[in-house]
Amino acid sequence: MSLRTDRMELTNLETVPGKQVVRHLGLVQGSTVRSKHAGRDLMAGLKNFVGGELKGYTELLNESRNEALERMIQQAKATGANAVVNVRFSTSNIAAGAAEVMAYGTAVVVQ
Amino acid sequence: MELLIQLAFIAILLVIGLVVGGMVERRHFSSLAMREADLKLVMVFNEKTPPANVEYRDAFLVAGSVVLGEDYFKRFAASLRSFFGGNMRMYESLMDRGRREAILRMKEEAHRRGARAVFNVRLETSSLGDGGSGRGMFSAEFIAYGTALIQSKG
Repeated sequence: MSLRTDRMELTNLETVPGKQVVRHLGLVQGSTVRSKHAGRDLMAGLKNFVGGELKGYTELLNESRNEALERMIQQAKATGANAVVNVRFSTSNIAAGAAEVMAYGTAVVVQ
Repeated sequence: MELLIQLAFIAILLVIGLVVGGMVERRHFSSLAMREADLKLVMVFNEKTPPANVEYRDAFLVAGSVVLGEDYFKRFAASLRSFFGGNMRMYESLMDRGRREAILRMKEEAHRRGARAVFNVRLETSSLGDGGSGRGMFSAEFIAYGTALIQSKG
């Protein structure tokens, strides 16, 4: 998982180690709902007979997570933050074949 | 006759699940053991606050995830097991594999980016329902994430 964070610091601690939080800007979040396409579904269905990693789905959820983080970062930037602390992820299966991936955290200014 | 063909089909799937699924699982376990030994250097904590007496120059989010599916034999064994109750060992090994794989991938990312410690590690599991097979076979996603820290040279 590689993230383009553009000088935005992300941690899931309550602070950024080595830096001081000077201002809290509130909750920011980003989410995305994705479904796998039929080809991937078919392959996963076949793979499911023998078990093991379903790579198509791993990739899909990784892409979704990056997208959710990217949206969260955009929101944080819009509020003037340079870091997001206490980041959390959550995934939920909202409909057959579709998953929502969400990332949220607290936007802060650190020095 | 038709029933016989159907039974034979199910039997073949079961054997494939048992043989291939078992092989996949054994391979996965040995690969996990090897990679875990390689990455012993990267330490993982689930405490929120890193020790105060150490200075850190960099902190960033790292995550690892994997989606694992069950095989046909596990599915069959589980349906029997859930009738009598008790430990579902076929799923315990699946969960163990998934979680260890997710933690390993997180550690690999931390290692690649030069960190030796990951703090506040959170583990999450979510079921993805049947993996599109329409046969009630389930797959689960495992996520591990935390904050990787790089010590300042002192």
